[in-house]
Amino acid sequence: MQITKIIMQAFLKTGKLDKTQPKSGGTSKPTKKSELVPWVEKYRPKTVADVVEQNEAVTVLEQCISGADLPNLLFYGPPGTGKTSTILAAARQLFGDIYKERILELNASDERGIQVIREKVKTFAHLTASGTRQDGKPCPPFKIIILDEADSMTHAAQSALRRTMEKETRTTRFCLICNYVSRIIEPLTSRCTKFRFKPLNESMILERLSLICKEEDVNCDDETLNLLVQTCGGDMRRAITCLQSCAKLKGRGQKIDPDTVLEVTGVVPDKWLKEFLDTCKSQEYGELEKFIRKLMLEAYAASQILVQLNEMLVVNDQFNDKQKALIGEKLGVVSYRLQDGGSEYIQLLDLGNALSKAYSLA
Amino acid sequence: MSVLWADKYRPKELSALDYHKEQAANLKDLTKEGDFPHLLVYGPLGAGKKTRIMCLLRELYGPGVERLKMETMSFTTPSNKKLEITTVSSIYHIEVNPSDVGIYDRVVIMDLIKHVAQTQQLNVNAQREFKVIVLTDVDDLTKEAQHALRRTMEKYISNCRIILCATTISRVIPAIRSRCLCIRVPAPTEDTIVTILQNVCKKEDVNLPLAFAKKIVDVSNRNLRRALLICEACKVEQYPFTENQQVPEPDWQIFIRKTAEQMLQLPNIKSLAKVRQNFYELLTNGIPSEIIFKTLLEELLKKCDRGMKTKVVEEAAIYEHRMSQGNKAIFHLEAFAVKFMYLYKNMLEQMVEVY
Repeated sequence: MQITKIIMQAFLKTGKLDKTQPKSGGTSKPTKKSELVPWVEKYRPKTVADVVEQNEAVTVLEQCISGADLPNLLFYGPPGTGKTSTILAAARQLFGDIYKERILELNASDERGIQVIREKVKTFAHLTASGTRQDGKPCPPFKIIILDEADSMTHAAQSALRRTMEKETRTTRFCLICNYVSRIIEPLTSRCTKFRFKPLNESMILERLSLICKEEDVNCDDETLNLLVQTCGGDMRRAITCLQSCAKLKGRGQKIDPDTVLEVTGVVPDKWLKEFLDTCKSQEYGELEKFIRKLMLEAYAASQILVQLNEMLVVNDQFNDKQKALIGEKLGVVSYRLQDGGSEYIQLLDLGNALSKAYSLA
Repeated sequence: MSVLWADKYRPKELSALDYHKEQAANLKDLTKEGDFPHLLVYGPLGAGKKTRIMCLLRELYGPGVERLKMETMSFTTPSNKKLEITTVSSIYHIEVNPSDVGIYDRVVIMDLIKHVAQTQQLNVNAQREFKVIVLTDVDDLTKEAQHALRRTMEKYISNCRIILCATTISRVIPAIRSRCLCIRVPAPTEDTIVTILQNVCKKEDVNLPLAFAKKIVDVSNRNLRRALLICEACKVEQYPFTENQQVPEPDWQIFIRKTAEQMLQLPNIKSLAKVRQNFYELLTNGIPSEIIFKTLLEELLKKCDRGMKTKVVEEAAIYEHRMSQGNKAIFHLEAFAVKFMYLYKNMLEQMVEVY
């Protein structure tokens, strides 16, 4: 009777009479949905050796995999250079099948206040780990706590880690991952071995992208790929996401042209930048105001405009050093304010005025 | 009958969109395979971002997405504060504006996305495997909330897709931008708006002279929704339209202009007291502080010479930035007003000295 009731309920819930499959969140990725997995996840390096460029970190981790001890780690570097991928791959190699039990991954989307550090992290750290796997193979006798995006942790929470980190060295290793090492408090950085992840070489990214193109049957010539790599500035994830976006936008089998790449990456066409400079040169305030209003309606990102202007101005021989210094300073200030939430219109107007002033110096 | 024209004639399908047709075709291709990456749709006000999102959803799920219901969800912050937020949802998607709850938006993001992402669609065969979460005004999210989105977006991609909607992506952190397919929606051109206005009027059986349509477009600042609203308002005011009919300006715009005039006429402490009252009035009437600042600046600049303009804009950039940082807009508006008066008075005195 009891059993029929349960089956009834299961039927009512799913509308199907087969066994109820417990579905656990999004972490499980059934293979039949493989096409739904973003390529970034699909082509994450599987082993530490697959990680490109980051030699120091790779050497240390490889030694560890072959039996040496692992220090506490601190990975820092710009986005998309393989920080998270490296440690995940290492954990998988170290622990094999049981790696899910041996790592605790916390990132900015989890609650990471001081309370969590005190309770969750400490309890996890207290558990001892055995030196063998269930199947009898040896594995390192410790667990790894990965604190991803550690630069967004509060200082209080970081301080709470200090002593925990030292006390639990017997059973636990910490791996902190962040973009800016300066946001991690000194006592923590001094307890970790630091590894800087460099922006990736363009040829490396190109190689990877060509591989993905071949695997995924994407129609894209070398020239377009080169353009894509250039716009991504050493960020592998961005490059792969862009490639997938382009491929999705164009539909299967269609050729990807450079225009699509530019549109997807949000690069501002040069003609707008040229017009901006020309307007500033003319010293006409009314024109400048009109132009900026027009530019805003085209919805190009002001931050992108700043980046491209900067690149353009550094190599421009129209300006002398003094003028460049003046503009450069303004670019910095404006960029900071924009990130902080200033209005694009007013900030660009300010920049335009500074440019006009620089022109009038000549 | 009480439906506004802007809503009544909102296109419902991607193929019915009036402009950016190439983009619409691309979006259609995107949905063809039944799957798409996270999207970040950005563009100025009234450019049709929301319209495109709804069209996309309809393309995916069919007319079911238009049966909307309002729901209030409640959350508890780690400090045990109860929050409530209104969501609009259909059975396929849920739309929420997390910045409604101010600095607690991170909690909403974390809870809501995990909640939606962890419940799977019941009938996998008949429906898509994923739900869609539409987050509006992403540029107003705090940095913490945006960081919270990062890994969540990757982790739950098999169960949900997130569509982000923003006016500018300067304030969206690069980490999120690199995880989304960014779709830029520029404002429609003036000619396009004129054509759309005329089409709508034809359907409504209203005679719209071309010259008057152009006048409306001038005022609307390439904002299609605003153009349609103004057109409808004008019709209520006076119909049939005449060539030289006045297009009514919004009250607040006139009010700010008057405030600016006050500041220019008497740059002293006494008028400052009045200006402060005006600012309060505007703020209590719910005019966003950024708009007050921008309009005020534009009005003031009209009366300045070239050198002065540079200075004023420089100061404005500083004060506007501070305003977005702090949470009492009135301080910064007033500080800017004082600074301007000071600069303006100096300029006037110098002019007197020259003569």
